[in-house]
Amino acid sequence: MENGIIEQLQSKANLLRRDIVEMIAAAASGHPGGSLSAADLITALYFKVLRHKPSDPEWSDRDRFILSKGHGAPALYAALARTGYFPVEQLKTLRRLGSPLQGHPEKGKLAGAEASTGSLGQGISIGAGMALAGRLDQKDYRVYVLMGDGVANEGQVWEAAMFAAHYKIDRLTVILDCNRQQLDGWTSEILDIEPLAEKWRAFGWHVIDLDGHDFGQILKAFEEAQRTTGKPTLLLARTTKGKGVSFMENNLEFHGAAPTADQLQVALKELTR
Amino acid sequence: MKTKPSSQTKTALGGHPSKREKKMGLATRDAYGQTLVELGKADPRIVAVDADLSKSTKSGLFGKAFPDRFFNCGIAEANMVSVAAGLASCGKIPFASSFASFLLCKGFDQLRMSVANPSLNVKIVGSHGGISLGEDGASQQSVEDFALACALPKFTVLSPSDEISCKALVRLAAEHVGPVYIRTGRPKAPILYTDTERFQLGVANKLAEGEDVTIIANGLLVWEALLAAEICQERGISVAVIDLHTLKPIDEAAIIAAAEETGAIVTAEEHLLSGGVASRVAQVLAQFHPVPMASVGIADTYAESGTPAELFEKYGLTARHIVQAVESVLKRKK
Repeated sequence: MENGIIEQLQSKANLLRRDIVEMIAAAASGHPGGSLSAADLITALYFKVLRHKPSDPEWSDRDRFILSKGHGAPALYAALARTGYFPVEQLKTLRRLGSPLQGHPEKGKLAGAEASTGSLGQGISIGAGMALAGRLDQKDYRVYVLMGDGVANEGQVWEAAMFAAHYKIDRLTVILDCNRQQLDGWTSEILDIEPLAEKWRAFGWHVIDLDGHDFGQILKAFEEAQRTTGKPTLLLARTTKGKGVSFMENNLEFHGAAPTADQLQVALKELTR
Repeated sequence: MKTKPSSQTKTALGGHPSKREKKMGLATRDAYGQTLVELGKADPRIVAVDADLSKSTKSGLFGKAFPDRFFNCGIAEANMVSVAAGLASCGKIPFASSFASFLLCKGFDQLRMSVANPSLNVKIVGSHGGISLGEDGASQQSVEDFALACALPKFTVLSPSDEISCKALVRLAAEHVGPVYIRTGRPKAPILYTDTERFQLGVANKLAEGEDVTIIANGLLVWEALLAAEICQERGISVAVIDLHTLKPIDEAAIIAAAEETGAIVTAEEHLLSGGVASRVAQVLAQFHPVPMASVGIADTYAESGTPAELFEKYGLTARHIVQAVESVLKRKK
């Protein structure tokens, strides 16, 4: 691994987390908890893993990234802005009338949003279709889909899991941001979906269990996914909801609530490094 | 539309004697499958997905011809619709087929967010539309697909009435860039068109001229409407017939002209009276040229098992029912 890459990614992730809490505070609504839990995974993708050209978002050979947990949009928007898809100042227009930064990502409204998500469970299926199109065109792009553990409640996820395994779609990698909470409570209490690793293995996937906040493990897992042939890969990323802001961590109140002005200042202070 | 008078024949569904020559053609689902193969030969971007009904929807013909471009998704319609969206977003022209009822009802959220929201170039083909699939009963019959498909922004909604119109409309759907829903049917359909007939999306076809009432129908009800027009003529009522093959975008000009020319409208469809031809025609009339209107369609109910002819009779979809509607609307015409 290149020298200093982990430190660089940690620094970028910190920047994304600041963007996330700032834009949600400016919008006075949004989902900080699940955006922060996914921030390291999305940082690794956009700053290291994805083959993409922010100046040419429709480049046909690009890797595709789908945020299946659409409520994590602030994390995606911060990554797109910080890699040059649009000016960083535009992040402040999140959820405003006429802004391309919709409450949940919409394809066609924002360059870099590869699918319209927010109605949960559709991302893996869309990603599978994209990967099959690439196979037909003999292109080597890869497709990455990030979902939450709450999303795994949706039946379509398991339809898609069977489908991708059946068609051996090995250029498809799903990252499961397993922050153990969903809107109404702990996933174990709402609808227990563990054991996740065993379930995905039984569905024919290559499963990598990892700490979703450890860049060493994250980068290694993506490399392993790229080496895996004949089956799709699931990165079962164990994460903390609200990661990086002490009063948001594992705090359900911040699943879908914006920080107040005072809370924002505390959060930004914690995120100063 | 040329129809040559010939010896009296029984109609398929209504049982009324007719002078109209009845030449049975393919079921529209067969016409679809054959056309899809032809399209696939000409354009490598055409791909197909199905949900374990490809023998019935006839997308299996494409699967046989182009196994690499055909993806059977198993009995999982939601996944299938989103897979089609993914294929379309990478430049393919996917045709997604299943029974109309399963495709629209089980795949609706996926049609809404994966396909309609980004207006992707996906073609949705629901076979076994209406109740004329017969004996399999209400779970398989599709009486609400027009309402659901028309509720999706930017969707074009098509209902061919015979083999020729189906072939023409499937080709136009493939050429059109944007989401399209096409309803096909299970039974063989009488031929209404000649090969030379020109079709345009969104432009209704007038198949019979008349002065007193216009019947606006789609699908198998176009044939019934033509029979009804003939019966009316014998009773001294001059009836025009329009094939509204494109339900969305609706041909407002044709409907307004029909209202102006004949002053009364009867709609006829193999669908619930809510959300299909009756609703959409009424919306145009109410806004632009209100005239008395009567509707033939399925009342607020699901149907049941039976032969297609028995079902058309019981649920009020025959030429005789259309004639009754014509006579009732005439009483209200000033």
